[in-house]
Amino acid sequence: MHDLAHLAIETAKRRSASYADVRVMDIRHRDISTKNGEVGTLAESESLGIGIRVIAGGAWGFSSTDLLTNEGVQACAAEAVSIAKASALAKREDVSLAPEKSHVDTWQNPFLKDPFRVPVEQQIDLLLAADKEMRRVKGVTVAEGSMSFRRIEQLFASSTGSSIHQIKMQSGAGIVATSFAGTEIQKRSYPNSFGGQHMLQGYELIESLDLAGNAGRIAEECVALHSAAQCPEGQQTIILGSSQLGLQIHESIGHPIELDRVLGMEANFAGMSFLTTEKLRKLKYGSDIVNVVADARLEHGPGLGTFAYDDEGVPAQCTPIITNGLFTGYLSSRETASSIGEKRSGGTMRCESWNRLPMIRMTNISINPGTWKYDDLIADTDDAILMETNRSWSIDDKRYHFQFSTEIGWEIKGGKQGRMIKNPSYSGITTEFWNSCDAICSRDYWTLWGTPNCGKGQPQQVMGTGHGASPARFRNIKVGVAFAK
Amino acid sequence: MKPTAQLSLAELERIGAKILKLSEADETEVDVSAATDALTRFANNTIHQNVAEHTLGISVRAVVDGRTARSSTNKTYDESLRRVVASAVTLARHQPENPDLLPLLGKQKYQKVSRYFSATAETTPQDRARAVTRVCKMADKNKQTTAGIFASGSLNSVMANSKGLFASHRQTRSEFSVTILEEHSSGWAKSNSPDIRKLDPEELAERAARTAAGSRAPREIPAGRYTTILRPSAVLDLVGFLFYDFAGTAVLDKRSCLTGRMGKKLFGDNITIWDDAYHPLQSGAPYDGEGLPRQKVLLVDRGVPKNLVYSRATAKKMKAKPTGHGFSLPNEYGEAPMNLVLSGGDKSTEEMIRTTERGILVTRLWYIREVDPYQKILTGMTRDGTFLIENGNVSGGVRNFRFNQSIIEMLSNVEMMGPAVRAAGEESFEMVVPTMKVRDFHFSEVTKF
Repeated sequence: MHDLAHLAIETAKRRSASYADVRVMDIRHRDISTKNGEVGTLAESESLGIGIRVIAGGAWGFSSTDLLTNEGVQACAAEAVSIAKASALAKREDVSLAPEKSHVDTWQNPFLKDPFRVPVEQQIDLLLAADKEMRRVKGVTVAEGSMSFRRIEQLFASSTGSSIHQIKMQSGAGIVATSFAGTEIQKRSYPNSFGGQHMLQGYELIESLDLAGNAGRIAEECVALHSAAQCPEGQQTIILGSSQLGLQIHESIGHPIELDRVLGMEANFAGMSFLTTEKLRKLKYGSDIVNVVADARLEHGPGLGTFAYDDEGVPAQCTPIITNGLFTGYLSSRETASSIGEKRSGGTMRCESWNRLPMIRMTNISINPGTWKYDDLIADTDDAILMETNRSWSIDDKRYHFQFSTEIGWEIKGGKQGRMIKNPSYSGITTEFWNSCDAICSRDYWTLWGTPNCGKGQPQQVMGTGHGASPARFRNIKVGVAFAK
Repeated sequence: MKPTAQLSLAELERIGAKILKLSEADETEVDVSAATDALTRFANNTIHQNVAEHTLGISVRAVVDGRTARSSTNKTYDESLRRVVASAVTLARHQPENPDLLPLLGKQKYQKVSRYFSATAETTPQDRARAVTRVCKMADKNKQTTAGIFASGSLNSVMANSKGLFASHRQTRSEFSVTILEEHSSGWAKSNSPDIRKLDPEELAERAARTAAGSRAPREIPAGRYTTILRPSAVLDLVGFLFYDFAGTAVLDKRSCLTGRMGKKLFGDNITIWDDAYHPLQSGAPYDGEGLPRQKVLLVDRGVPKNLVYSRATAKKMKAKPTGHGFSLPNEYGEAPMNLVLSGGDKSTEEMIRTTERGILVTRLWYIREVDPYQKILTGMTRDGTFLIENGNVSGGVRNFRFNQSIIEMLSNVEMMGPAVRAAGEESFEMVVPTMKVRDFHFSEVTKF
């Protein structure tokens, strides 16, 4: 890896690149899924290659190849420089990067059990056991389970002398019960929807989830939803479960704080942001109890946004995003930090694979725990809907107006959890919503959720992000619009 | 020196043959592909990202004792090829027997499709940069800001198996997408084609610029049900959400909105939908993930869902004939139509506007998600050019809306259609769809811009 990385850098420099960095990545995947008692997907893959990013003529170029011979790497570096020179045809000013020291380091996230060494039949058996429990419940029409594992070994090297070797092991699993009855399809997922829970951990994560132990419960809830009351339409207090709050953070805080969006670089596809630069340290983003950080450090937890260095060689950091309700920070790169006069990148550049350019991605964007015990929060609430487990999510391209629906809801009346509610949904404007937050549960109820499927960029890249959250209460929220006639 | 992406079909075939020879599985299938892709990205009237990639993919499916699994690599060393075959065999062995697994297909005959254009494959970074520079200069001149992409690439792929099946496909791809921004408005246009000569970046940019200028100073009008004219990109991104409902597996699993509705009137008389991989405006290979030739299938005939598509295994379960729409095995999803063609009409957009007393004209939709899978209610936002129509004229831009709309209801309320064109959006793969004028489209809320 080292020799090829340095060959690439030397080739780029010889061809007049003023800066070059390289990512050699060796990525291994295992994906298993089951459906209705049978194995669905059973696949492994490996991918090894090099991505070379250069500045030449004051502009960016990038090329990548999986032909890892000296000739292949030299050709790739030469192509990156040639592309940079083409970029310079439409240049307005030279690329400028916030300074960063060079780093030489090696890092691997801690884990207990290598999921690739766990026999595949054991992994299939675990999914099929949960599948069987779901299908025991009359009315379940589809029972599904999935597991996925990623091992990403990467070397970052730069023309300024950095050489950083990292290994990341990622695991995830989840189950889903679906039920069709009459004119309605309902579903329940555990521990979260859209693939379950994913973390920077080994197989110990899967074992801790107790998929089979929760399968019967979610299957019963799924079938019961058909006869539950429809979510009412109107203005209401809501309490969001922690995984739903995690996605709310992702969409209405995580994306708008991406500085490349703010500066218009994503305008054609992912969109822009309402958080224009004059709002920094001035906008009241949320109520006084709302504190949000972007924290890529291991001490925040083994999230999908945890690493030692980002993909342009900047060490992991914790950036205060919302401090006592005030908007205090963006997610930045060396280039975008320089654009707004910040002294250093926030260290959030990541790429999906060796053949993709690093871009600003959420790290672990988490809300700090509050002080409430969950039972006290329910007891303190007269009239609300508790909404759990995301079912659909949508937000406008500047991240103002959102609408979410969840798989299940529960009426809260007079401080007690009451009847089940189906098709719960809520909508609002980002800052109005966060300013309506009046209670957040404590660390005891806080979970660092993994969102493995965040799409951004052209060509599009899918990245895993982390979101720590505990249940929280919001006042005077519009509910039920999704099903309004 | 020769980048891997330039490997010819013959070279890919040789890699495939080598793998088949290495395999000791009962049956073996191999897919080998080589791709070159490049993309020039611009924003704030300058190129800010400019990338290229050369990739090789080798994917092996082994069948052992009625079990199957897949393993993939991009490494061509002999040791890697041996390892990928061994991995597929090992994975296959360590699972329960699959009662639905069918023997591999033998030799097949394929209809020829011509989707490789050397003008696209030979496009250089300089060619793309020159076109982007012209668009940036146009934006500068208009005091507007532009962002977008100009992409080009090519793919060679080969599929072979131990029963003698051999299939190959070459295709080029190109795409230009442009956003034009003003202080309080924006416009957008996008086009793609296997043949880059069919793209006109400046014309697309001019169209986006007119949309941005025309929607300047957008007014807020109340949400509600409006007669709505959806341009093809907006139609595509909505109708695209129906594609998996036509999968036999989706109906078998009772998670299709067509469950219990096949053969019954569901949409308006004017709605006819085909899946047609051979349509001149479509792209893709003429065979599916198992190497079966793709068939042209009539999905909806004058409002009535008539046919589903089937992989071989799903067809057997549902006592139907396979249609050549299966995904690569093993998978739990079965199949899907990937080349939708919606029959259009003969109305111009101008006529649709002229005959609208009060309505909304939509350029593009964004962040569409399913709210109710059986009523097929979708939510999402309008974006980059939403206009009010009053008394037969476009009277100006309006703030963007959120919609919550059943697609079944929408396709029952289509009043007029334009000619079907190849459309490109962001939420769905490319399809051939028309502009539509729809009665009572449900906009549920308004955003801040």
